[in-house]
Amino acid sequence: MIGLCVDAIKDALGANPIEEITHTTGWWTLTFLMIVLAVTPLQKLSGWPWVVRFRRTLGLFAFFYASLHFLTYFVLDQFFDWEAIVHDIVKRPYITVGFFAFVLMAVLAATSTNVMIRRMGGKTWHQLHRLVYVIAVAGVVHFWWLVKKDIHEPAEFAVVLAVLLGFRIVWTLRKR
Amino acid sequence: MILQKLTDIKSSEITPVQLFNDRRSFLQLTAGISALATLPPVLAAAEKFSDIKKSSYVLKDKSTPYESVTGYNNFYEFGTDKEDPAKHAGTLKTRPWTVTVEGEVHKPKTFDIDDLLKLAPLEERIYRLRCVEGWSMVVPWVGFSLAELLKQVEPTGNAKFVEFATLLDPIQMPGQHTRVLDWPYREGLRLDEALHPLTLLAIGLYGEVLPNQNGAPIRLVVPWKYGFKSAKSIVRIRLTEQQPRTTWNDSAPAEYGFYSNVNPEVDHPRWTQAKERRIGEFLKRPTLPFNGYADQVAQLYAGMDLKKNF
Repeated sequence: MIGLCVDAIKDALGANPIEEITHTTGWWTLTFLMIVLAVTPLQKLSGWPWVVRFRRTLGLFAFFYASLHFLTYFVLDQFFDWEAIVHDIVKRPYITVGFFAFVLMAVLAATSTNVMIRRMGGKTWHQLHRLVYVIAVAGVVHFWWLVKKDIHEPAEFAVVLAVLLGFRIVWTLRKR
Repeated sequence: MILQKLTDIKSSEITPVQLFNDRRSFLQLTAGISALATLPPVLAAAEKFSDIKKSSYVLKDKSTPYESVTGYNNFYEFGTDKEDPAKHAGTLKTRPWTVTVEGEVHKPKTFDIDDLLKLAPLEERIYRLRCVEGWSMVVPWVGFSLAELLKQVEPTGNAKFVEFATLLDPIQMPGQHTRVLDWPYREGLRLDEALHPLTLLAIGLYGEVLPNQNGAPIRLVVPWKYGFKSAKSIVRIRLTEQQPRTTWNDSAPAEYGFYSNVNPEVDHPRWTQAKERRIGEFLKRPTLPFNGYADQVAQLYAGMDLKKNF
């Protein structure tokens, strides 16, 4: 974020700055999602209990970048053109999937407070927040579907995500 | 068909000489050091042409700044990021260079690039360029109509299409080690499109020799089609009876058609083509049918379903 602001001030965002901002905010969203999903594996493998405390903050960072990413699209890219935006969400699969992920993230962000956890009850809250898996997959698909030809960046995220989800699959199988 | 003589570029739009030179020397530094080491001194990049005529191909649109034109490029032979070609195209050797013209012609010939530079009077033509990705530029090219070259080789009665091929040399073009596309890059036009006066063989831009990252030493510019049709660093031109295969069409046939005329009413399967970002501008602008060249080229497609023949 600081990097982006510094670059913007230095006019070093390149010839297509809005594209650059969109790409960077999207990249950080996915990166923070991966970090969030790495917390539980890290805690289980290392035995360190304190990492779990950071998970909520990291998740909210992901939502922060997702919001910036969505605002960049809404304001800088489309400049409040509602008709074009709705058309995009409905007709462009990669935007449909991205918007879907963003809405889910907003739900998780809204229910991230202690008050909400108490109100919902731990079990229900937990089930709801498993949606993070859906969000992460949707985010990677969103990126994969928008790239013109060179899929190496989304593919890297896909590999990381596969590993992080793989942990959960192994543990679930072990429990049975 | 009316070719309007639009007013010349306002003097306020001309890039100040000092800024132009600063940008030019910066780019030479970053992209040209290795190239300069291998090229004979006489043909270093950014050398100015001495006798360019102004043409009637001018636009009211502002020309895109030189540093964007030469620093924001799709040229996967040098990497897939927009800044990669400017960073890595220094390994391209533009001399010696030949262009072989063959196929359905009475007089096939291999031209040396320096002969091609003298084939016809050099003109400055300011064209819009619209990338299929949804951004666009306005570039003052230097060159002459492809028709001048095709006249020399005399297409036969069987010639229906023109195929273009880019250099194949993974050592000079390290991106060709990757399989992001099938190499060499190939493109094609219908013969009438190739013979149209708008279709340009470009050997320079902004009054000087084409920088490597822009497709040196000689490239095609077909301004009413998406930018990927404007093949760069051409080594072969072949006239054919059958429609030639083209690289992007091979790579994703549902997304990149043979014609690829700029058309706001025919979307790319994954994104809209109704608007574009003109590099340097903030708001998006509506995309024009045939990239604003409808007056000059629409008749080539009379009666064609442009949604099917995208």
